[in-house]
Amino acid sequence: MQKRAIYDSKLLPYLLLLPQLAIVLIFFYWPASQAVYQSFLLEDAFGLHSEFVWFENFEHLFKEPDYWRSFVVTAVFSIAVAALSLSLALLFAVMADRQIRGANAYKTFMIWPYAVAPAVAGVLWLFMFQPSLGVVAQFIRGLGIEWNPLLNGTHAMVLVVMAATWKQISYNFLFFLAGLQSIPRSVIEAAAIDGAGATRRFWTIVFPLLSPTAFFLLVVNVVYVFFDTFGIIDAVTLGGPSKATSTLVYKVYDDGRAGANLGSSAAQSVVLMVMVIALTAIQFKYIERKVHY
Amino acid sequence: MVEKRPLSNLVAHLVLLTGIFVVAFPVYLTFVASTREASDIAAGSMPLIPGSLLVENYERALFAGSGRVTTTPVSIMMINSLVMALSIAIGKIAISIISAYAIVYFRFPLRMTFFWLIFITLMLPVEVRIFPTYKIVADLGLLDSFAGLTIPLIASATATLLFRQFFLTIPDELVEASKIDGAGPLRFFWDTVVPLSRTNMAALFVILFIYGWNQYLWPLLITTSGSMETIIIGIKRMVVTSDAATEWHLVMATAMLAMLPPVAVVLLMQRWFVKGLVDTEK
Repeated sequence: MQKRAIYDSKLLPYLLLLPQLAIVLIFFYWPASQAVYQSFLLEDAFGLHSEFVWFENFEHLFKEPDYWRSFVVTAVFSIAVAALSLSLALLFAVMADRQIRGANAYKTFMIWPYAVAPAVAGVLWLFMFQPSLGVVAQFIRGLGIEWNPLLNGTHAMVLVVMAATWKQISYNFLFFLAGLQSIPRSVIEAAAIDGAGATRRFWTIVFPLLSPTAFFLLVVNVVYVFFDTFGIIDAVTLGGPSKATSTLVYKVYDDGRAGANLGSSAAQSVVLMVMVIALTAIQFKYIERKVHY
Repeated sequence: MVEKRPLSNLVAHLVLLTGIFVVAFPVYLTFVASTREASDIAAGSMPLIPGSLLVENYERALFAGSGRVTTTPVSIMMINSLVMALSIAIGKIAISIISAYAIVYFRFPLRMTFFWLIFITLMLPVEVRIFPTYKIVADLGLLDSFAGLTIPLIASATATLLFRQFFLTIPDELVEASKIDGAGPLRFFWDTVVPLSRTNMAALFVILFIYGWNQYLWPLLITTSGSMETIIIGIKRMVVTSDAATEWHLVMATAMLAMLPPVAVVLLMQRWFVKGLVDTEK
């Protein structure tokens, strides 16, 4: 789509684009290309010499059991958060979509956790579940269940999943509610006249019509877990205990900060970039489809 | 729904109330802890009703800082966070709206190349280029400065795309009329495009303010001195030390203060917030 009426100016458009382009080139493209370049270099221990080694960093990386482990951690984390936050949000959205009084008030009470910083969400949940002083932790222990997220990797994962889910429900809820409200009433009424009960209507009409929203949210949730949960993990577990909650992004940060292996950290960044490109491509492919509907 | 069934409506209310309870409980507990003495919390058997130290705890957190761990008072951190959030939100809106204007209303060589250059940055979030970006900011001497905190985050493909989409819906007749009146491109931008974009700006502002206020990884790398700490980083630094030294009542007061501005923005500007969320995900 193009404008018919446009301006003729040789210099002005470049001046208008300059600030954005300058930032993009200096702080996006240059560092990204540095990451790609460094991923092919092997530095010696003092950082004095570096050698071009082609794919050696990647070969080492994929031989590293820790790296595979952080893939598994990221996968478990993503699946758990996406499944929990999508299903809970759908449940709440379906309940709020019934034309009951106070639906808008419920919406207001549901959406605000979106505004809470991931790191703060992490601290809140850590406070509840901290084994020695957490109120909920004490309650769980009172029931005779062993609970120590600071030492037990599974418990730590459960804790970060809960904190990440808590923050994400509001987002999914809003989109599900909007999706539900856009389903024409006439379709549902027609099904009701045909004798379909509420449950049957949900599974045969509402749910299929919601599936584009659900798929879109699934992709967004995976991106969220990949990148935006860094704060939660850093605040609650620091990737521990013994790397049980060290996701791919956390590992890039951890390895690079220790400074021990810039080549490996850069190679990890490149792998992540490829994954982001894939996720974005999926997202846009879906958006294309939505336009045709 | 279609049928009137009081029982299922009751169930719906109960489910929603449970949901709200679960969503609100962590914050309620945080509030309770922020009004109590350190010893109440450390015992692990904190009562679930607010204590009496509301004013003292908040006063101490805001103006004195948590003595044992960090010394920066929370009021300084909040100012830092506010400056950062506002600079990022306003900066992103400003540079995106002018670049979208250039791309939509002018024809010039490399126009689409520039558009794609901006667009592709969607696929390069800070997290995948942490250390090279840090190195550039360090080389430019921008560590521990607001410029270093904000400028690298100000580019925005999302906002540029959003404004571009919106400009394409502005009728061409408006430009033609403005040309007939003898107004140039900048005049048209100020007098017509900017006022028409107000709704989009408000919606973007809400989302970007929250984004800026809640930044974590970037300030963690860029700030080293206490006086530049943002409140989100400050909370984290208060908790890192061993459990015994963490002054949870002050941490929790700080957490309440850290949640207050973005949550207030969402609740007060709810309509813009919803629009912003939906728009920025297109």
